[in-house]
Amino acid sequence: MDWGAIFGNAAVELISPTTAAYALAALGLAVHFGYTGLLNFGQAGFMALGAYGYAISILTFGFPVWGAFLVGVGASVIFALILGIPTLRLRADYLAIVTIAAAEIVRLLFTTNTFASVTGSANGLSGYKNEFAALNPLAEGSYGFGPFENNAYDTWLRIVAWSIVILAALFVWQIMRSPWGRVIKGIREDEDAVRALGKNVYAYKMQSLIFGGVLGTIAGMIFALPRAVVPSNYQTTLTFFIYAILLLGGAATVLGPIIGSMIFWVLLSFFSGFIARAVEAGWLPFMTSIQGGQLRFILVGVAIMLIVIFRPQGIFGNKKELAFVR
Amino acid sequence: MSDNAVSAAPLEPPVPTQKPIKTTGLHIGEAEPGCRKVDPILIADGVRRTFGGLTAVDVDHVEVPRGAITALIGPNGAGKTTLFNLLTGFDKPDAGKWTFDGRSLAGVPAYRVARMGQIRTFQLTKALGLLTVMDNMLLGAKGQTGENMFRALMPFLWRNQEEENRAKALDLLTRFKLDTKKDDYAASLSGGQRKLLEMARALMSDPTLVMLDEPMAGVNPALTQSLLDHILNLKSEGMTVLFVEHDMHMVRHIADWVIVMAEGHVVAEGDPHEVMRNPAVIDAYLGQHHDEDLGEDQSAEAENVSAIKELLDDER
Ligand SMILES: Nc1ncnc2c1ncn2[C@@H]1O[C@H](COP(=O)(O)OP(=O)(O)OP(=O)(O)O)[C@@H](O)[C@H]1O
Ligand SMILES: [Mg+2]
Repeated sequence: MDWGAIFGNAAVELISPTTAAYALAALGLAVHFGYTGLLNFGQAGFMALGAYGYAISILTFGFPVWGAFLVGVGASVIFALILGIPTLRLRADYLAIVTIAAAEIVRLLFTTNTFASVTGSANGLSGYKNEFAALNPLAEGSYGFGPFENNAYDTWLRIVAWSIVILAALFVWQIMRSPWGRVIKGIREDEDAVRALGKNVYAYKMQSLIFGGVLGTIAGMIFALPRAVVPSNYQTTLTFFIYAILLLGGAATVLGPIIGSMIFWVLLSFFSGFIARAVEAGWLPFMTSIQGGQLRFILVGVAIMLIVIFRPQGIFGNKKELAFVR
Repeated sequence: MSDNAVSAAPLEPPVPTQKPIKTTGLHIGEAEPGCRKVDPILIADGVRRTFGGLTAVDVDHVEVPRGAITALIGPNGAGKTTLFNLLTGFDKPDAGKWTFDGRSLAGVPAYRVARMGQIRTFQLTKALGLLTVMDNMLLGAKGQTGENMFRALMPFLWRNQEEENRAKALDLLTRFKLDTKKDDYAASLSGGQRKLLEMARALMSDPTLVMLDEPMAGVNPALTQSLLDHILNLKSEGMTVLFVEHDMHMVRHIADWVIVMAEGHVVAEGDPHEVMRNPAVIDAYLGQHHDEDLGEDQSAEAENVSAIKELLDDER
């Protein structure tokens, strides 16, 4: 068995743009769920709006990169307002129901044939990368070392993606230790108490929903840049993977979502490489290679379960908090 | 066993360490339900709230005197908490209007009511468990620059204000004997300490009217004493206090004025010593058990009855 290749491929995921995208989307969920207590089950919808907003702006309207970026962000702000205005005055569960449904509606709208000329229907969109590549200041060639060696475009993409993740993490870290973050965390604990202290809870929840949603949207753009935009990528399972990453890392933390995403993707890649080769080598005679592809999700699930059982606060979560879980 | 030492703790009602100075001459005319006050801070008119067929609150007219400690008493289910919720914007009445400091509050959301200086606490304590005691306190401060999302990112804009608030919070926590707990999670406090924290937190905003829903419930006698002192201090600092309380001894010791509710109505008002003798109050508490022998009855009413009997005995 080629352990070198298995570990090498797993290591590639450590800094891949997809890992960065998941980290950023999970950071948005940390703002929603970990800090504010908002149950957003529609993060996949925010990501889809980012990916499609960016791709459609460039392909259909010929916008520059920054314009496409702003379209995606604007779309997710509107989406957050549509979700939040009716539900944020209600109990927490209502937001969960509405977001999960709204994200599906978004995905189905992008899938339907009606708008095929703009959305590409089920085939999705591709060919929107040139504008981003044109901004690349790196000369042709290869950068990095070992498993982290990439061509100029991929290196540029990684630099941009991880810079955004780091900036967003600093932003969240700073804002959560400010008085604004204190109100947000207070709302998570008991919104009536915060209301009784003269804070406009509804406005704060809305700000949080928009902020975390925009992080999800930017994540959607990063997610789209190394591949094509395909609607089936934005199913509810995507949201659940991001929740898994969040809980793995620690819900009310800044580093948790980032490290959680790295662990998730490295494990996923490791298991898929390992199983594929194990099937090839005849170690798993009862299994076809297609079944093997599914098995990796089971193994990742088991690994996440073990971490959550033995470290329920997540990797970066505060153990002390668990003593008071209600 | 040495356990006996615990049960031998004094059982007499706690008395504030300072002798309360009662404010008198608060009302105009007879001390009757809905009577006018010389200087009312809160006036409610025709406030009604029904839950299905049940009329929880139906108050024709009530005025709360400024600069005094007013107790709102009444049997369980009388509608005291519901009235609190209505007056503070946490619940919407079916009908009615009310003013605070001359400004109409009908339809004003709870957070605006709080900003106007009418701050409440809850019967079921709402400490923010996974925030530290200090963060709980800081959340109470008004007009914080750093609570704006964009200014929050520029600490130099709010650092000074934060330090001032922190000093003020520490001062309040020291007064409430919670300063040693300031870095602990509020969830780690005892029930009584949470009551203290909630009250201290309410004071961070320098309110003009403090509304306390059963501030002493579940607080041990030693803490009760300091709570009573704190409430008396609020008055001497110029605040108005409206509080709900079941312990009649406490009501008599610190209240300047008592409003009695029963079945949603204000049934009596008056000076705490007078009001206890009011037949309407005795009726409200005794209800239909008025003439029954209470020997075996363990119900809540029985407790009310014994409480009021005790008081009437005290009075003589
Ligand atoms: N949300 C609600 N839904 C239905 N009924 C309610 C609701 N809130 C209060 N009630 C009813 O209204 C009446 C008044 O309740 P409230 O809580 O105001 O009493 P209270 O005077 O505060 O009593 P206590 O001294 O026990 O705290 C009760 O009969 C209660 O059952
Ligand atoms: Mg009550």
